[in-house]
Amino acid sequence: MTTRWFGARVQRVEDDRLLRGNGHFTDDINESGDRALESTIVRSPFAHARIKSIDVSAARALPGVVAVYVASDLPFGGTDLPILIPHPNLTHGRTQRCLASEVVRYVGEAVAFVVAESRYIAEDAADLVAVDYEPLPVVITPEAAERAEHLVHDDVPGNVAAELIQEVGDVQKALEAGPHRKHLRLRFERGAASPMEGRAVWARWSSSEHRLTVYDSTQSPTSIRGGLAVLFGLPESDVEVIAPDVGGGFGPKIMLFYPDELLVPFAAMQLGRPVKWTEDRQEHFTAVNQERGQVHEVEVGFDGEGHVLALDVDFIHDGGAYMPYGIILPIITAAQVPGPYRVPNYRVRFRDLYTNAIPTSPYRGAGRPHACFVMERTLDAIAAELGLDRIEVRRRNLIQPDQFPYEVGVVWQDGNQVVYDSGDYPALVNRALEMLGPRPAGDHIGMGLSPYVEGTGVGPYEGAHVQVLVSGKVVAFTGIPNQGQAHATVWAQIVADQLGVEVSDVEVSSGDTRRFRWGVGTFASRAAIMAGNAMAVAAGMVAEKAKHVAAEHLEADPADLELAGGSVRVKGSPDRGIPLAAVAVLSNPMRYAFGGGTEAATQFAAKPRPGPPLPEGEQPGLEATGFFSPVGSAWAAGCHAAYVRVDPKTYRLEILKYVVVHDCGRLINPLVVEGQIEGGVAQGIGGAFYERLAYDAEGQLRNASFMEFLMPYATEIPKIEIDHIETPSPLNPLGIKGAGEAGVIPVGAVLAAAIEEALGVPITEMPLSPLKLFELFTSRQAGVVG
Amino acid sequence: MKVNGVERPPTVDARRLLSDHLRHDLGLTGTHVGCEHGVCGCCTILFDGEPVRSCLMLAVQAEGHEVTTIEGLAPPGSALHPVQQAFHECHGLQCGFCTPGFVMSVVGLLREHPNPTPEQVEEGIAGNLCRCTGYASIRRAVHRAVELTR
Repeated sequence: MTTRWFGARVQRVEDDRLLRGNGHFTDDINESGDRALESTIVRSPFAHARIKSIDVSAARALPGVVAVYVASDLPFGGTDLPILIPHPNLTHGRTQRCLASEVVRYVGEAVAFVVAESRYIAEDAADLVAVDYEPLPVVITPEAAERAEHLVHDDVPGNVAAELIQEVGDVQKALEAGPHRKHLRLRFERGAASPMEGRAVWARWSSSEHRLTVYDSTQSPTSIRGGLAVLFGLPESDVEVIAPDVGGGFGPKIMLFYPDELLVPFAAMQLGRPVKWTEDRQEHFTAVNQERGQVHEVEVGFDGEGHVLALDVDFIHDGGAYMPYGIILPIITAAQVPGPYRVPNYRVRFRDLYTNAIPTSPYRGAGRPHACFVMERTLDAIAAELGLDRIEVRRRNLIQPDQFPYEVGVVWQDGNQVVYDSGDYPALVNRALEMLGPRPAGDHIGMGLSPYVEGTGVGPYEGAHVQVLVSGKVVAFTGIPNQGQAHATVWAQIVADQLGVEVSDVEVSSGDTRRFRWGVGTFASRAAIMAGNAMAVAAGMVAEKAKHVAAEHLEADPADLELAGGSVRVKGSPDRGIPLAAVAVLSNPMRYAFGGGTEAATQFAAKPRPGPPLPEGEQPGLEATGFFSPVGSAWAAGCHAAYVRVDPKTYRLEILKYVVVHDCGRLINPLVVEGQIEGGVAQGIGGAFYERLAYDAEGQLRNASFMEFLMPYATEIPKIEIDHIETPSPLNPLGIKGAGEAGVIPVGAVLAAAIEEALGVPITEMPLSPLKLFELFTSRQAGVVG
Repeated sequence: MKVNGVERPPTVDARRLLSDHLRHDLGLTGTHVGCEHGVCGCCTILFDGEPVRSCLMLAVQAEGHEVTTIEGLAPPGSALHPVQQAFHECHGLQCGFCTPGFVMSVVGLLREHPNPTPEQVEEGIAGNLCRCTGYASIRRAVHRAVELTR
């Protein structure tokens, strides 16, 4: 194998059609002659209410309406939707039903489903669905959930879905023995991923072929297929699910099942016509999972030199109205709080609480930005308490390069223990400081720095199928879908190296169960590791088979052959070879040639050989399916640092300089990794300073539009300077680590530290805003004066 | 209404949005809809040469006007328009959903300012949201498009 493509800044192969407007997103599907019915969902306007009655008669009577469904119309209407990741500590797991019929527990919960000849008519009809609600008391913050004056679920005492305690060492003893102690309360509010494409589903049932076809803007088509097969009692082979072009995911599209993912296929089967549903932006704000709401009580013990001796973190997680995703998010926070630091005694307890808000599931970073915020704010507090330099305190606590593999002693999201596989954390900090350079002149300037780790590439597995066609072109399939991460390019690079062909010779297709039946999904910075290595495995098997087939033709030893320049050839004698296209032909002994050079493999043309035409144990075709399943996560790491200025009159934030040093092991394509980092940092900046989900006490999201939920435009995002170091992961053959979420993780911690220094007020919460800074500053001044 | 140089039949529902008309009646699905309230810019088209939000207009308002969508920039089989080419070279797109709107905005920007200052570039792309790139590569793409247009 060569590494001609691996590591190169290869420009993306998927760009052309997207740039020409020829992308294929779910709402773009409009098959001629078979135009889909369009639909809309009637949603609860109350955060908590009893449904007294639902009257759909007027809606059903509207011309152009084809069907209106409520829970009792669905064969699965009385079934609770599945808990995706059960856990023994999730003692009170509750999930919603596809359509609510008795109680609604968040604004946006689905109540009825309207199918009509057009979306316009469906929305008119939705207005005619009369639901009589009796409002109930609302629980909207994690603190209110903890107080439990009201319950989200009558049968869940204290609103507690789960509680988990883990301890390494003896925290109480170490805290009591330590010379210094400090308590902090650190609060992180909910955030929203907000991909530019909302969610969408299109489905068709073919009764003649007995086949259900579903297009879904999901991050996990294989799971959707499995679930639909169970729900409708079909063999999986009769259900095909395709994630076509997906306009950004960032986590919430890994959630399943959203009600529409069942309702649209159900209606298509019932009505015998294709049905589509496309979310609008307001629905996205009120019906797509969110994340990040947590309140942490931190007790830290440390010595006079700033070494952390003991860390006790007790936090509550705002899980929302239901727990379909289990307790993965607080598990990740619990595991990631220590980050790149040695914490000899660590106790973490969390409670996952119900609130009357949208359920939570991972959003880019998934439990990590808050974990990083907790640890970094704690170290800054230690430095301030002791009058030490913040960077020096970090250096004294960093895990050193000779300490790998490093066991943290808590459980990871894959059920194994957290073990860091490789890294050089001090080098990351040093390089970040070097890039950051001297402090700019001026007032109200602050500096923030935060290293971080990220467990990437969780299992269980992904697979790939690679085939050399008789044209010599290569096709490669995997089940894991793409939402903009350049999968088609980076996997083509990996396959091209294995087969000695050009990237342009390899066409990758992903996220289509018709082409590859197995897989898990795109999440947790896992695609490059999981599918990338699976691609390498499958392509490696194809290369071996190609040598084997060619060896016979060339009368050479397979061990003396190599794949290069589109041929299999004898090492050292490049003119003694056979094109891969010809090898593909020969790999499939045939009776009937079908053109394209295949006559070479027919019975009178092929070179005579003893034994059966297809040797025993061999399969026809120059193709192979390979899988990769890791023993554990590969731990990426990095360090961000920034100078900011806060305007003392307007409290506007100006990011003067922002640098990132990143270590995701061996880089497949720096162009793509840098794009991931730049986008992640921008999302982090939005989440830290601009985007706040403004829920009121009644559980209404008061800013459910892009007019008021302030996602950053270009004007808010500075230039990001990026450098890489590479410590290969020993846990996968390619030595790579994930990169998708890294950009977002430490941004809150960095900006909090920088703003704290610039303004001289303690920052203990996220997100911030000019108004929030004004309030913090003036209340501090009032406190000083008073 | 003329769309990408072709006269289109005038019959359309009075309340049909221009974005829906382009996408679902004319099959020009390159114009994307990200918010339907005029903030994200995914649905940006050229209306008599000016970038506008097609989700904020009714199709009937386009009668007698000339509309250019992303599909109209470079005919199938031909080379990419310089702005499209620049986005490709600079990795100015990831998921590709906001991309047609950005490209149309930048085409409009460079028509008005063929040699834009950095401030004009900032202004020119500040009406479109992108959740993937962090904008740095889009900024680079605008400067590259200026070079390619020269």
